[in-house]
Amino acid sequence: MKFHIEEVAVYFPYDHIYPEQYEYMVELKRALDARGHCLLEMPTGTGKTIALLSLITSYALAHPSSPLKLVYCTRTVHEMEKTLAELRVLYSYLPPSSSLLALGLSSRKNLCINPDVLSASSRDSIDSACRRLTASWVRALAADREQSSRGESLQPSSAIPTCPFFESYDKASRDAILLPSGVYTLEDLRAFGRDRKWCPYFLARNMIQYANIVVYSYQYLLDPKVANIISKEMQRECVVVFDEAHNIDNVCIEALSVSIRRQTLDGATRNLNRIAQVIDKFKATDAGRLREEYNRLVEGLAQRGNLPMTDTWLANPALPDDILKEAVPGNIRRAEHFLAVLRRLVQYLKGRLQVESVETEVPVAFVASINAQAGIDQKMLKFCYDRLYSLMLTLEITDTDEFLHIQTVCDFATLVGTYTRGFSIIIEPFDERMPHIPDPILQLSCHDASLAIKPVFDRFQSVIITSGTLSPIDLYPRLLNFNPVISRSFTMSLTRDCICPMVLTRGSDQLPVSTKFDMRSDPGVVRNYGRLLLEMVAAVPDGIVCFFVSYSYMDGIVNSWNEMGILQDIMQHKLVFIETQDVVETTLALDNYRRACDCGRGAVFFSIARYSRHDKRSKLPSWILSHLRDAHLNLSTDMALHIAREFLRRMAQPYDKAGSGSKKTLLSQEDLEKMGQSAMDMF
Amino acid sequence: MHTINKPTKYRISLKEPGIPGVLRMAEERFIFTPHDPRSLLKLDVPFRSIKVHKFSKDGSKQALLNLLHEGGGYIFEFDSFSDRNICRDFVGKILGKLQATCPSKDDKTVPDKTTPAPGEQLSPMEMEHRIKLLRDDSELQRLHKQFVMTAILTESEFWATRKNLLDDTTIKVTKQRTGFKSTMLADIRPSTDGRTNKVTFSLTPEIIHQIFAEKPAVHRAFLDLVPKKMSEKDFWTKYCRAEYLHRTNNSVAAAAEAAEDEELAVFLKHDDILADEIRHKIRRVDPTLDMEADQADDYIHLQDHGLLRDGGKETVDAESELSRRTLSQDLNRHAAVVLEGRAFDVELGDTRTVAEALARSKKGPSLETFDKNESQERLEKACRMTEIEDLRGPHQLPYAPLFIKDPREYFDSQQANALRALGDSNAGFKNTDYNFNLEESYAYLMKQISEAKVTGLNDIVQSDVALKVLNGLNQHLSSTKQHIGKGPFESVLDQLPSRTKDELMIHWSSIQELLRHFWSSYPITTGYLYNKVLRLKEAMTQIYNKLQEIKESVQSDYRHLVSLLVHPMLQALDAAFAHYDSEQQKRTAKGGAMPNGFFK
Repeated sequence: MKFHIEEVAVYFPYDHIYPEQYEYMVELKRALDARGHCLLEMPTGTGKTIALLSLITSYALAHPSSPLKLVYCTRTVHEMEKTLAELRVLYSYLPPSSSLLALGLSSRKNLCINPDVLSASSRDSIDSACRRLTASWVRALAADREQSSRGESLQPSSAIPTCPFFESYDKASRDAILLPSGVYTLEDLRAFGRDRKWCPYFLARNMIQYANIVVYSYQYLLDPKVANIISKEMQRECVVVFDEAHNIDNVCIEALSVSIRRQTLDGATRNLNRIAQVIDKFKATDAGRLREEYNRLVEGLAQRGNLPMTDTWLANPALPDDILKEAVPGNIRRAEHFLAVLRRLVQYLKGRLQVESVETEVPVAFVASINAQAGIDQKMLKFCYDRLYSLMLTLEITDTDEFLHIQTVCDFATLVGTYTRGFSIIIEPFDERMPHIPDPILQLSCHDASLAIKPVFDRFQSVIITSGTLSPIDLYPRLLNFNPVISRSFTMSLTRDCICPMVLTRGSDQLPVSTKFDMRSDPGVVRNYGRLLLEMVAAVPDGIVCFFVSYSYMDGIVNSWNEMGILQDIMQHKLVFIETQDVVETTLALDNYRRACDCGRGAVFFSIARYSRHDKRSKLPSWILSHLRDAHLNLSTDMALHIAREFLRRMAQPYDKAGSGSKKTLLSQEDLEKMGQSAMDMF
Repeated sequence: MHTINKPTKYRISLKEPGIPGVLRMAEERFIFTPHDPRSLLKLDVPFRSIKVHKFSKDGSKQALLNLLHEGGGYIFEFDSFSDRNICRDFVGKILGKLQATCPSKDDKTVPDKTTPAPGEQLSPMEMEHRIKLLRDDSELQRLHKQFVMTAILTESEFWATRKNLLDDTTIKVTKQRTGFKSTMLADIRPSTDGRTNKVTFSLTPEIIHQIFAEKPAVHRAFLDLVPKKMSEKDFWTKYCRAEYLHRTNNSVAAAAEAAEDEELAVFLKHDDILADEIRHKIRRVDPTLDMEADQADDYIHLQDHGLLRDGGKETVDAESELSRRTLSQDLNRHAAVVLEGRAFDVELGDTRTVAEALARSKKGPSLETFDKNESQERLEKACRMTEIEDLRGPHQLPYAPLFIKDPREYFDSQQANALRALGDSNAGFKNTDYNFNLEESYAYLMKQISEAKVTGLNDIVQSDVALKVLNGLNQHLSSTKQHIGKGPFESVLDQLPSRTKDELMIHWSSIQELLRHFWSSYPITTGYLYNKVLRLKEAMTQIYNKLQEIKESVQSDYRHLVSLLVHPMLQALDAAFAHYDSEQQKRTAKGGAMPNGFFK
């Protein structure tokens, strides 16, 4: 349907709209008008995403003079795919004249189509396998080789392998825009790439400059190591959306945190030895190159200007405003000197890892202690990352996945040298779950979530933070240190009570049950939970999800159910799928679970949900709390089952979806027009 | 007809070993001559005394042929199935012939035996199939007995209307395939006797099948090792041993055993086939829940970045060569296999055949064949899933169309003639097509109205007559209702005494059968059909009389109900009789010679 919010004609790809979605759009539109940030909470599953996409796209179409770009950040790749799928629904509904380019961006691992590269196992090895084929010096060398072989008809085996997809993309990219308008999921990009024989990853990287809508992961904006490469070109006229943003603070904190373990330092030592060898080799063969780098560093150019897209590596871990734009200090300009500094740093960190008890320190004290014991001052620390990066480029190292350890150490050094507040250094001698195994770890933890997100708020005109659970809603502006122009929480008006939360305190034998630590492994409690699940599995059609507090608890309880024979009884009614720590296995289990529910076979999925707080009730989102009746707070298994049966019977009755009378829960286009009319009449 | 000679063994009973000799079969009789000339067991039996022949299934342990006579049977064991089949087919033909010539004698002794019509040669398979059908369906058997045995219908006429039943393929389609059991059979548990240290595992073919399906490595090992390297029993003993080691969680002992015995190690190692399968499957998973794609997409998973040990990430033990297969993995695998279902249908019994059938079914649709179609389908599904149900109008859900095995075949074969005849008699009616579209119906109505305007409404029924008819109908309806009394859901039949009810039901189905044959015989083009109709009419008259009897004999309370039920049956029969009479008249009027050369 199509309706108007003030002057904007909104295209909404459905025949009806929830009243909350409409209000959500109204608030959003005001925030866009005000060019400010906003904070919106609306329950899960009420169509936030489509409301957002629909309004922002319509808003951009209504204001063709000031092009508005939407940067949509999701937490995960599958959420990205979901968003793009919704966008596709919207796109097919827009007037045909409107051209729209929307695409998702992910790492090489999810976009690459070169079979040689894809055969690598991990993400990092895929990245470096790609670099081996596409780095500028590799390509230059290959081109050289080819030219000379044309002259002298050399053996083809001496030709340097390059990526055919990248080469043909590179040729095509010289003339203007490549992607026709439309919505491209990762799968679509890959298919498009296969079709044209173009590299989808670099195509997507290039196209985000031109796209109207970009969907990617939080890190691409929040983590300076990534954002400085990928999102550097985004202009101010962007609307940035953080969807499912309830733990955005964690993402911000993690983006600026580094941890170092003994394995890291051992790896870093190996890396340094290898770098030393390469330096020696270069000294013997191509000393000019090292001298060239030295001269460049003297001139203060730690970062070389415009690098080809293929050469970029992870960027500086510090935020862009905090990076020093000055010459690299003299004592680390020469490669050997820098190497020696790094060796001393690694040695120092090794020493610090040998602790008996937990230690904490602030960065200032830590930097002072490094200066005293290893002779490395703050400024040198600060430049560690850039200096390493320059060195790697000079030495033409492509297997970057091998050098992650030394990179981690340099990240750590740069961060600890740059920030004096909002961080602390924690050294733990062992993992608290396994106190007898020494496994020391040194963590630089960021405490201040506002640090990482500050550049985003500063840079873009509107940042929208939205989720199903943001309560208490006034917490987030303080956590992230920003002033929203609009901050609102919507509830969902349901046509009927289709949520039935219950709190169970006693089992069928009337003994108390709880997942409290001291009770959870009691066989009686385990059995009572098993009986509860068994009864529920027999009563509830299709799918059930059963949450546990941790993997270890789930393993324990599933094993005891297996021994008790409860699991076998459960399997009489439903198939059992279990979340494991293996992501692949869990994904397949989830896929199968969904299929079993769809086809009517029915299944139960065992999953993990964490509650760290004791007062769980107050932590529940409000839309659940509002349906939690006092009578349902203290139930035993049989009572809960009775209520569930009644509830399910009620849900099976036909009902009027649109709601009736004053409490309309679905609005049609007519209703909206009427509302608009009455609003006009008021003035 | 020629004779055949085959080497065979004659077995007096199944328990005793056979006597080797030669079986010679001729048209009239079969002769068995043992190799040992001293043996007294020489047979010379006419086929006339043989009632039925039985035989063992192809692929079963022994190739047996059993010729049954009044008092027992002659069992022959052949060296190969092909020999047996030649003899079997030969016997089948001869028996078919003999029974066709003297059916009456046969029918009394074996009621559910089918008798092929003269000139029709039925293969033993077909015969068996028909017998099976009769055995499975008592109603069918009753009809068969009633009409075929009394020679009202011939065998072929009877079956001709049930071609769909005879069709082999339909049987296969309609037979529902059973899936795997939900219970985890593969998770076998040992039982101890409590006194000694012995543990006992018991495996059934069902369990073995599930093990093969869930653990491809075991399946492969079985195909490789049995029976070349070890016997089946040894194989399963090893398997159970490995299971026991796994169950006791004794990793040291397991490692030790695995190092010594490489076959045992197979059961303890990672299942590489499974790992491969998983790698293929993850590529085809729905992108909207593909968590694998997330892994390492956000750079936080970059080693050592972000916070460790906040409880969110739990460390996994390094993988050793021997797998630490967890219960959760087993459960997931089991559920996935059950969900996938059985791809083939094989009789559980011989482990080897099960294993081979499974291997074949896996080879069939290779994983590579899914590709574009699948991804397209996936995309559409993802699109469907993203849509918000509430906000959209009702969706046309994809549904599987009702499966009817070519209905035309049935009607064409049966009704082709009848339809032609109908065409003749239909000449008086206007053939109206009721499928109008909007404009057409509008035009039609306009035409009707204008016609009415011109001609006037002359054949309109007088109002009082119409009222009378309407009242009559209503009264009829309401009176029935009153008599049934207790509500519309109760059936009239249920109130009758069960004997009367059964009788009525039997007659009802008989009438249906007869009428079907009766109407399909028109127009009468051959003498054969003429005779058939005569026979049918005779039978119908009998039933008609019986129905009248029932009507009169029932108690007065039920008389009304019974007459209600009988009424339509009688009506149907009356219509048939009327048709018969009118045809008869037509024929006599036209004289002896029928237009198509049929002579009375």
